[in-house]
Amino acid sequence: MSVNIQQVKDQLREFIVNSFLPGEDPANLLDDMPLRSSGILDSLSTLKLVTFVEETYKIEVSPHAASTQFDRIQDIADLVAHESGSR
Amino acid sequence: MTPIAVATRVETLSELLHTQSQITPDTTAAEDNYGNTLTYRELDELSGRIAALLHAHGVQRGDRVGICMPKCVNSVACIHAALKVGAAYVPVDYASPPERNRYIFTNCQAKVICTDEPRAKTLEENGKPIAHRLTFPGEAPSGIGSPELSSITSFPSHPITSSPSDLAYILYTSGSTGVPKGVMHTHASAMSFVNWAADTLRPVASDRFSSHAPFHFDLSVLDLYVPLTAGAAVVVIGEHLGKQPHELAEFIAAKSITMWYSVPSILTLLMQFGKLEDKDFARLRTVCFAGEVFPIQHLKQLLSIWPDKDYYNLYGPTETNVCTYHKVQADDHHRSTPLPIGKVCENCSAMIVDVASMTGGAGFQPVKPGEEGLLYIHCSGPTMHGYWNDAERTNASTFTDSAGERWYCTGDVVVQSKEHLTTTPGSISGREVEITTVRRRMQTRTVPHDAVLTFIGRRDRMVKRHGYRIELGEIEAGLHKLLGVDEAAAVASETPKGVVITAFFSMKPNEKAPGMIALKQFCAQNLPSYMSPDRFTMLERLPRTSTDKINYPELSRIAKEALT
Repeated sequence: MSVNIQQVKDQLREFIVNSFLPGEDPANLLDDMPLRSSGILDSLSTLKLVTFVEETYKIEVSPHAASTQFDRIQDIADLVAHESGSR
Repeated sequence: MTPIAVATRVETLSELLHTQSQITPDTTAAEDNYGNTLTYRELDELSGRIAALLHAHGVQRGDRVGICMPKCVNSVACIHAALKVGAAYVPVDYASPPERNRYIFTNCQAKVICTDEPRAKTLEENGKPIAHRLTFPGEAPSGIGSPELSSITSFPSHPITSSPSDLAYILYTSGSTGVPKGVMHTHASAMSFVNWAADTLRPVASDRFSSHAPFHFDLSVLDLYVPLTAGAAVVVIGEHLGKQPHELAEFIAAKSITMWYSVPSILTLLMQFGKLEDKDFARLRTVCFAGEVFPIQHLKQLLSIWPDKDYYNLYGPTETNVCTYHKVQADDHHRSTPLPIGKVCENCSAMIVDVASMTGGAGFQPVKPGEEGLLYIHCSGPTMHGYWNDAERTNASTFTDSAGERWYCTGDVVVQSKEHLTTTPGSISGREVEITTVRRRMQTRTVPHDAVLTFIGRRDRMVKRHGYRIELGEIEAGLHKLLGVDEAAAVASETPKGVVITAFFSMKPNEKAPGMIALKQFCAQNLPSYMSPDRFTMLERLPRTSTDKINYPELSRIAKEALT
């Protein structure tokens, strides 16, 4: 199954803004903006994001991927595309 | 002579390691999640060599040694090294903004700072180091010791003798004026707590203690020193692993941790994201938590997943360490209200003071059982309650009674239940004589040791979230640094899921309001991460009282309304 990367990015952006950045304009959350390392997300928000990705795209995110490939919307979308494609 | 008897008789933290390393030299003393392990002999030797290096760089008995390192066996060895030269160690949050850590090390006049390459650069001012720096391998420490250490061939075979009244460590906590304050502990005050914890938890040589809390957090005092009383091991959990519940749960099981100690929010995370049901926690026997109220529904969930463990709710501010405790009983499984903070520890005395009497001039009056009052604590031994270089603040938070004993005002409002527990207290050690003397002197005013205390709330603007003490004033001082901000105020709301901090602010005329992204990024750069507000609300103007003070009750109401 292939996924539309742009669609994944927009879904991630919407989830992050609605859940953790209420009131922010989604357009300000750029694909290559660091999330965890810049303080936009804390560790609990990151865990909730991992759960959202696992449930929405029916993939399993390894602890390694959760700590190394979860800092930018771009990286997460790539991970989703890769994991969905390899099933 | 049994090993435990020898180790528990010492009077200083430094003797604790040295004595135990002669009794159980070849058993594991410390290991970390980077694959490093040290036996008692190795930890004693490594810390001895670091101590020699500290000494060579001019550290003397009575000095301070800063610690700004990732959690690993090296940082444990540095802590023991500082104690070995008779210095007090000052650990800071490795991930805090560098400005805050520079302030702390400058404030305590650290002679030497143990750090790593990435952080060493941040400990400079105008291109000059703020103190001599000893650097150890960086962020993912692999390997023990440091290159500089290889030049040290000899080390003192016995620690420099510290007196029980010498400072052992200074822990900096949030201060209401925006600058952190240093809570001082002596060897005597630390050992009073360590001995109490050893008597209560009864560690054995086969125990494996977790060290989850960072070293600048007072929970670490139990993790670092109580295992040494029994020749047990401490398993040091690095900053990154400590926040990854799934990996952390696997680690606890794989490392056969037997004694867990953390803030409740970590236990909640483990339950929610750690997939605990899939793993084997048979070796885990005791779970201790402290630092904040454990939301009761989360605690009950934990009790149902791990029904066969001993649970302890430990309570106490950094100034006293643990001073009351509650062992979870069978009927706690059916509670609908938070656990009590429990009985006064055997090494402490407590007094609950009528707040109204404090301004009346007639002296402090204790309340009757069942009435709310302010909790004051006195710990046995020559304790040195106080703040580093801040006699004014020390005097404001303590008072000396007619018998010359010093009492610390916790700022917490508590209530003593009318009924006493009927269980018989466990026997305590030979220190009972000393404790009894203190108790008798205080008898008319102090809380009986079998009475149960319940936490009601704070008297001031300090809150506890995820186990950290947060002065809301420090958040406000931080927000004022944000360009264009006119007024800032922070309030805390109690919710069923824990404390939520809302920051209110207003902008100067013609200033563009920052978005949520900019606010979060700003806080990450200017406040320790644990202080970052959960929510931000911009108002045109902050509400004021008739006397033109910020109207906090009104802000609390707005915050609460937004949360429901």
